[in-house]
Amino acid sequence: MAAPLTLLLIVAVTIRAVLFRSSLAELIPERVEVVSPLNAWKRVVEGLALLDLGVSPYAGDVFHETPLIIYFFHFVIDYAEIVFMVMGCVFLLQFRKQKYALEAERYPLDCLELIRTPKEMYYIPLKVAMFYLLNPFTILSCVAKSTCGLNNAVIALFILCTVKGSSLMSAIFLALATYQSIYPLTLFAPALLYLLQRLYIPVNWQRSSFWLFTTQYTFMYLGSLCVMVCLSFFLLSSWDFLSSVYGFILSVPDLTPNIGLFWYFFAEMFEHFRLFFICVFQINVFFYTIPLSIKLKEHPIFLIFMQIAIISIFKSYPTVGDIALYMAFLPAWNHLYRFLRNIFLVSVVLLACSALFPVLWHLWIYAGSANSNFYYAITLLFNVAQILLVSDYFYAYLRREHHLTHGLYLKRKDGSEATLVLK
Amino acid sequence: LWKFMSAFQQCLSPWKFQHPLSQQQFAEEERQWEATEVKEADRVPDTMQTPDVPPLTPAKDQFQEELVIRPLHSGDIYASFQFRTMWDTDFLRGSKVSHYRLFPKSLGQVISKFSVRELHISFTQGYWRTMQWGQPFLPSPPGAELWVWFQDTVTDVDGAWKELTNVLSGIFCASLNFIDSTNTVQPSASFKPLGLGNVTDQRFLRYAVLPREIVCTENLTPWKKLLPCGSKAGLAVLMKSEKLFHSSFHSQALHFRPVCQDWKCKSTVWELRQTLNVVFDLHTSGQGKRGERSLKCYSMVIMQACVVFPLQGELFELSPTTPLLSQAVVLGDRRTYSVYDLTNQATFGQTRSLNMLLRWRAAESGDMLRPLLHGERYVAGYGLQTGEIHTLMYNNHPYRAFPVLLLDTVPWYLRLYIHTLTVTSKGRDNKPSYIHYQPSKDRLRPHLLEMLVQLPPNSVTEVTMQFERALLKWTEYTPDPNHGFYVGSSVISALVPSVVAMDTNSTRECPLFSSFFPCKEESSYFMRVYTEPLLVNLPTPDFSMPYNVICLTCTVVAVGYGSLYNLLTRTFQVEEPSPGLAKRLANIIRRLRGVPLL
Repeated sequence: MAAPLTLLLIVAVTIRAVLFRSSLAELIPERVEVVSPLNAWKRVVEGLALLDLGVSPYAGDVFHETPLIIYFFHFVIDYAEIVFMVMGCVFLLQFRKQKYALEAERYPLDCLELIRTPKEMYYIPLKVAMFYLLNPFTILSCVAKSTCGLNNAVIALFILCTVKGSSLMSAIFLALATYQSIYPLTLFAPALLYLLQRLYIPVNWQRSSFWLFTTQYTFMYLGSLCVMVCLSFFLLSSWDFLSSVYGFILSVPDLTPNIGLFWYFFAEMFEHFRLFFICVFQINVFFYTIPLSIKLKEHPIFLIFMQIAIISIFKSYPTVGDIALYMAFLPAWNHLYRFLRNIFLVSVVLLACSALFPVLWHLWIYAGSANSNFYYAITLLFNVAQILLVSDYFYAYLRREHHLTHGLYLKRKDGSEATLVLK
Repeated sequence: LWKFMSAFQQCLSPWKFQHPLSQQQFAEEERQWEATEVKEADRVPDTMQTPDVPPLTPAKDQFQEELVIRPLHSGDIYASFQFRTMWDTDFLRGSKVSHYRLFPKSLGQVISKFSVRELHISFTQGYWRTMQWGQPFLPSPPGAELWVWFQDTVTDVDGAWKELTNVLSGIFCASLNFIDSTNTVQPSASFKPLGLGNVTDQRFLRYAVLPREIVCTENLTPWKKLLPCGSKAGLAVLMKSEKLFHSSFHSQALHFRPVCQDWKCKSTVWELRQTLNVVFDLHTSGQGKRGERSLKCYSMVIMQACVVFPLQGELFELSPTTPLLSQAVVLGDRRTYSVYDLTNQATFGQTRSLNMLLRWRAAESGDMLRPLLHGERYVAGYGLQTGEIHTLMYNNHPYRAFPVLLLDTVPWYLRLYIHTLTVTSKGRDNKPSYIHYQPSKDRLRPHLLEMLVQLPPNSVTEVTMQFERALLKWTEYTPDPNHGFYVGSSVISALVPSVVAMDTNSTRECPLFSSFFPCKEESSYFMRVYTEPLLVNLPTPDFSMPYNVICLTCTVVAVGYGSLYNLLTRTFQVEEPSPGLAKRLANIIRRLRGVPLL
C-alpha cells in the first residue's frame, strides 16, 4: 500500500513541477475557470504589495482573502509552489485511515454481492488519492496557485479528524474552513452526526447525552471561530476584512465570469430584485442541510459528500478546484456503480463542457465572434451535469440501502420481476 | 441707450495698457495706478476710517482683456483670448455681497454660497499636440475638468462638491452633473492652490475630469455671458461660434483664485480669468498653402482691445507694423512680441478698424524649440480580459534631470494591480521616491495613483501597469457600450528648468559676484502636461437577455431542487401494474356499492 502511494505521489509532484516550469504557468492563473476573485494568486500578491505600500489590503476591492492568509503567505511567498503541492499531498493523508463501512449482519442472503469485500475497501484510499492528485482540475488549480487548494486541504483535514473521532480537532478544522469561506458551515451537521454515531449516542431529542455532546461540539466550534476572527482583527486592527471577505461572498458585487450560475444572472438582473435573488441563491446553498441530514442521518459520510457537492455547485464563486474536491470522493462509492442511471451522459457532458469552456471564452473575449451567451450556455450545461451526477449518486445510494433492507431481487405479488420506483 | 452707454463706459474706463511683461515690471505699473487711487481715498472723511467698517471707496473692480495670436511652426494659428476681472470684495467676513459691477453675479453667488477659495474649470475639444505646436499658455485636458479648493470653514466638503457641480452644470449648460464619487479624487500633491492662501489640506480639494464631455456653442454662450460686456463689446466680439468650433483645438476655461492686490500684498482681491485657446488649422480654414494669410477669422471691426503678436522676423511679417515691441519669457521661451494697443488711438490710424495681415516669408518652418516635457499614454494588450496602461514621459532637456509628479485617475471598472507597476528609464528600473496609491472601491471611488518620478536628462521614462476589465451590470453600461469607456488624462506636473535662462555662455558678460549660482530670472517654471485620454472596451453581456437569463438559471436551480426533493421525500416501492380502464371503472362502482374490489 505504501509503495503505490509513494509512486502516485512522485508522479503527481512531477506533473506539477513540469507544469510550473513551462509556459503554461503564465496562462493558467489567468483562466477564469480555475481562479475566482476570492482565491486568485494575483490578488494575494496584490494584497501583500498593498500592505508593503502602507495601504490596507481591504481598502480597495481587489483583495478578498482572510487575514490569516496574509499572515501565512507573508512568510512563504517565495515558496508558494511548494506550499501548494504539499497541500495536495495532505489531502490524500486523510484517506490513509479510511473508514470501513460497518455492515450489519442481518441482511437477506442475496445481498451478499452488494456488500463490499475488505479487498475492495483496501484499495479505496489509493483510488481516492489517484482521483484527486491526477485529476486535471486539481492540477490546474495547483499550477494556478489558487488558494482553493488550501481550502480543500483544510476540509480534508477536517474529514480526517472527524473520521478518527477527535471532536476537538474536527471542530477546529471546521472553524478554519468556515472562516475561509462561509459555506462549510453546512458541514457542521454531518460532523456532529458522525461523532454521535461513533460515540454510540442516538439522535434523540429527549436524551441528555445527545444535548451534552451537541453543546460541547458547538462550543468548541464557535470558540475556535471566535479566536480566528479576533486574531484577524489584531493583524490589521480593523474590522474591514468582515465586509471585504464575508460581505463579498454573500453579496456578490463582482461579476467576473466563472463556471457558476451567479455571474450572468446578476449581470442581467433588474436592480429592483437584486437583493431578493441574492437571498434566494444564498439560502439555496444552506437549506438542503436539514432535509438531507434527516434523510441520511445514519450515513454521515455520504452526507458530507452531498454537502460538499452542493456547496461546490451553488456557491457564489465556484472554481474547478471545488469540483475536484467532491469528485475525489467518488471512488469511495464505486460499489454504487450498478445503480447509477445517467453516468455515461453525465461524464460525456462534463468532458465536453470542460473542453468547450476555453474555446468559447476565447471566442468571446479575444476573437469577438461570439458573445457572453455562449459561455453562459456552457456554464448552465456544466452545472446541470453536475447536479445530475450528484442526484444520480444519491439515488444509487438510497437504492442500495433499500436493497440491503429488502433484498436484491425483488418480486411482485404475482411472482414476476419487480421494478422499483420512487413514489 | 443710456444704460448701454454707461455699461460701455464701465468697460472702457478701468483698462490699462496690457502686454506680457515680467512680474516686476507689472508690479511697477500697478504702483503707478495705485497712486491715483490713494488720492481719491484721501477725500473720504476721517470718521469713516475705522477698521471695522469697510471704507466707502469706490469699488476697485478691474477688467483687462488680451488676445495673443501666435503662428505655429506647423502653419496653424494659435489664438489665446484672456479676460481678467479683479473683484475687490470680502465675502469671507460674512458681509453679504449684493452689488456686482464687473464680476458676474451668477458666479459670485455660487462662490460665496459654497465658500469656494479656488475654482478651475475647463472645457476642451480636441487634444493639444505638444510636439507640433509647442506648449500652450494654459494647458487643459480633453473633455471637462473641474478642480476646486474649498475654504477651511466648510464642514461637509462632499456635500458642497455635489451641489457645486450641479450648479455649475446649470450655469455652463454642460453635463457636469455626471461628476460623482466614482470620478472625483483628492490628489495629495499635484494640484496645489494657484492663488494665495496657506491651506493645503487635501481634504478641501476635489478634482474630477469628464473625458467624454463634448464642447459646443451651448457651452460657449453662457461662458461669454460671464464677461462684463458679454459679447457686445471688446475682444469677445471676435468670438464667433462657427469660426471658433471649426478648429483643431478649442478650449475655454475659467480660473478663479485669490491674488495680491498690489506688490505689498496687504489685501487680497479675487481674480477671475476666462481664457479661450483656439488653434485654427491651416488646411481646414480653406487655405491649403502658406502664403498670404489674412486673418479672415477676425473679420469684425475691432474697436477696443489689445492684440499681441509674437514676432519672428524671418518667418513672417505683419502689416501694419507697430512700433511697440516687448520681450517676455513665457514657459522658458524668450520671444519678442509686437503689441497692438487698441486703447491707443494711434494704432488705428485713419480708419476706425484694424485689419491684420500675416504673410509667411519662408515656405517651410524653421527649427522649433522642442518642448522640454512631453507625455504620451496608450493601452497595450489584446482581448477584453486584461490590458496594460503605458505612460511615456519625455524629458528633452539636454543635461538637467528633474522630478515630475504623475497623477493617474483610473475608473474602478479597470482593476489596477499595483504590484505590476514598473517605471523604467533608459532601460533601467527607476524607483519613484513617493507613491500615493488609493485603491478603488467598486461603484464608489476610482483608483488614484500619484508618483514622484525623477526623469533623467534626454530620456524617455515608461510607466506601465496591468489592469483587469470588469463585467458590469447591464444597467451600468452607456447606451453605446461598444464605443468603450473613457479614462481621463494623466496629469504630469513639474518644475521644469528653463533652457533659455540656463544659458551658461552668458555668464561671461556678467560680473563674477552674480554668476556663481545659476539663479537667473525664471530659471525654472511650472508646467503641467496632460496626456491623451484612453478609450477602453469592456466585455459586455447581451442586453436583450434579462428575462431569458433569469428563466434559464432558475430552471437549472429548479432541476437541482426538483431532483433532490424527489429523492428526499419519496421512498422506493415495488411497482404494481395499474389495472386496465374497465377494471378501474368496475372498482369504483364496487366501492360505491361496498362490495370487495376486483
